[in-house]
Amino acid sequence: MVPLSYYLVLSGILFTCGVAGFLIKRNIITIFMSIELMLNGVNLSFVAFAAQWHSLSGQVFVFFVMVVAAAEAAVGLAIIIAVYRTRATLNVDKVDLLKL
Amino acid sequence: MMAAMITAMTATTLKAPLAMFSATAPLMPNIPHAADYIRILPEIVLSIFGMVIMFVDPLMDERKSQKTLGGIALLGAFAAIAATLFQAQPQYVGLGFWNMVRVDNFSSFFHFLVAAITAVVILTSYEYMEVQQIRAGEYYGLILFGAVGMSLMSSAVELVLIFIALEISSISTYVLAGFRRRASISSEASVKYFLLGSFATAFFLYGVALMFGATGSTSISVIAEKLAAGNHSLLVYAGVALMFVGLGFKVAAAPFHVWTPDVYEGAPSPVVGFMSTAPKAAVFAVLLRIIFEAHVPGTLWLIWVAAALSMTIGNIAALVQNNVKRLLAYSSIAHAGYLLVAFAALPANGIPAAMFYTAAYAAMNIGAFAVVSHFANAGERYVKMEDYEGLGRRSPILAATLTIFLLSLIGIPMTGGFFAKFYVFSAIAQAHLTGLLIIGVLNSAIGAYYYLRIIVVMYMREAQEEVPVTPIPVGLGLALALSLGATIYLGVVPNRVLIYAQTSVSELTSSSAPIASGSQANSAMASDGH
Repeated sequence: MVPLSYYLVLSGILFTCGVAGFLIKRNIITIFMSIELMLNGVNLSFVAFAAQWHSLSGQVFVFFVMVVAAAEAAVGLAIIIAVYRTRATLNVDKVDLLKL
Repeated sequence: MMAAMITAMTATTLKAPLAMFSATAPLMPNIPHAADYIRILPEIVLSIFGMVIMFVDPLMDERKSQKTLGGIALLGAFAAIAATLFQAQPQYVGLGFWNMVRVDNFSSFFHFLVAAITAVVILTSYEYMEVQQIRAGEYYGLILFGAVGMSLMSSAVELVLIFIALEISSISTYVLAGFRRRASISSEASVKYFLLGSFATAFFLYGVALMFGATGSTSISVIAEKLAAGNHSLLVYAGVALMFVGLGFKVAAAPFHVWTPDVYEGAPSPVVGFMSTAPKAAVFAVLLRIIFEAHVPGTLWLIWVAAALSMTIGNIAALVQNNVKRLLAYSSIAHAGYLLVAFAALPANGIPAAMFYTAAYAAMNIGAFAVVSHFANAGERYVKMEDYEGLGRRSPILAATLTIFLLSLIGIPMTGGFFAKFYVFSAIAQAHLTGLLIIGVLNSAIGAYYYLRIIVVMYMREAQEEVPVTPIPVGLGLALALSLGATIYLGVVPNRVLIYAQTSVSELTSSSAPIASGSQANSAMASDGH
């Protein structure tokens, strides 16, 4: 059996990749995909912990997270389209009317 | 075959939340009781009104429907207040839905606050939508759906439910932030809010996962038991830190505040009034539950640093702002800092101080944004400091109202802001955290400068160009009267609200054996029901 820590390390790596992608990437869609990667990293640790505690609830949480992520994707892509219509670019460096 | 699979899948998903608590409550009823539904009555009411709006919207003429839909939404907000009062009756206080939600004075306080904020925002939006020529009924629906999430956050005692409620509230506000679709700054605000908000949510969720891993449960009371039993592993600390990062983003506490000024500047003003008060109040309710009910370790220094940074960064950055919405955004970062100060105090003083602060801050901030949204006019053109020149002469009532809200934000006596700060600072003084107290008091002094600057500009400068001021419509007048009334009420007779807030101290802190009492309450409820 693969020990729990392997799964946790992998989930940590996925989450960190997501964070890195969020900070480094310049395309809004890619940034959004990085967020999804972070959520999936979390899902992996939920499932791993569910196996460790012998409880089904951890696996059910993954369903909830997936549903919420889907809702977020629907709204997020709509918002991204709205930005593209007014700006004709998806580069975050060019979406800069509001100074950061 | 497919149908059988789906049935099997739903059966597992439905059973799983029950199985989760089967160890603690062996005689688990499979069907929720009527009392369970009453414990989420405000959320049900708000959802129904929101859905009615969504159904009615396409059936009506777009040009005439706005007033009607707004009226339905307003009715929904008042019905939610009524539902909260109904639900707060002693026989319904307790845990519901297999220890997922808990109705108590604490949750009723925030339910009432969220519903009241929603009502005021809807009243403000009436005129705003007309002036900005936004014709979209779903605006009101989204406000109500957002309020569902915020209400649920304050009564949820289960981290995954809190996460879902947080998302219900956030997703609605992401859309609301971009409602001036044609204005590119509005969609930019929306996308920034969306990206950073989801980023923060992922952190919160990772924290929940680690907490689940460390304790084997996501129920706050079970976590409290496990932590009290001395389970302080590395996972717990990491989980707490990650959850704090996620929630810190949502309340705009430094160093997670970078999105706030941009989003507040670009989003429609009534929406900013909404999202700077209601979701913040709800997230602070979650933080209160996590910190004081679950007694998670290692939060004191996190809070100390975040509070000190928020106050200082918020106030200093606000000094140099020229856009009033941006200035109020930095002010809201500073106020999140003052509020966080209360979390470093002892529970007996900190909890009521924080609750009082959220109420007072909601009253004054939503009022200030209502004035800003009226004055901004079509396309939100007049939001610069120089546009406010001579406002005291051209529109004395509007200027006087804004002045009172700003004085309250400074913390002048006779306003809610004074007692809010007073309780927070006295709570922190009793906890002997002198360093944080000194930083807080110094910051309030700095803060006075930029609020007074707006007042000085309004009354003591002559307008260089004539900025049109339209007469105050009925809806906005009512909204201003309500928030003004609340600000002054909290400043003159704060006792009632404070005493009410103090009753929730024991509810949060004495929950060391909540499972037993919870299942007792549940079985008592069951015998009542039959």
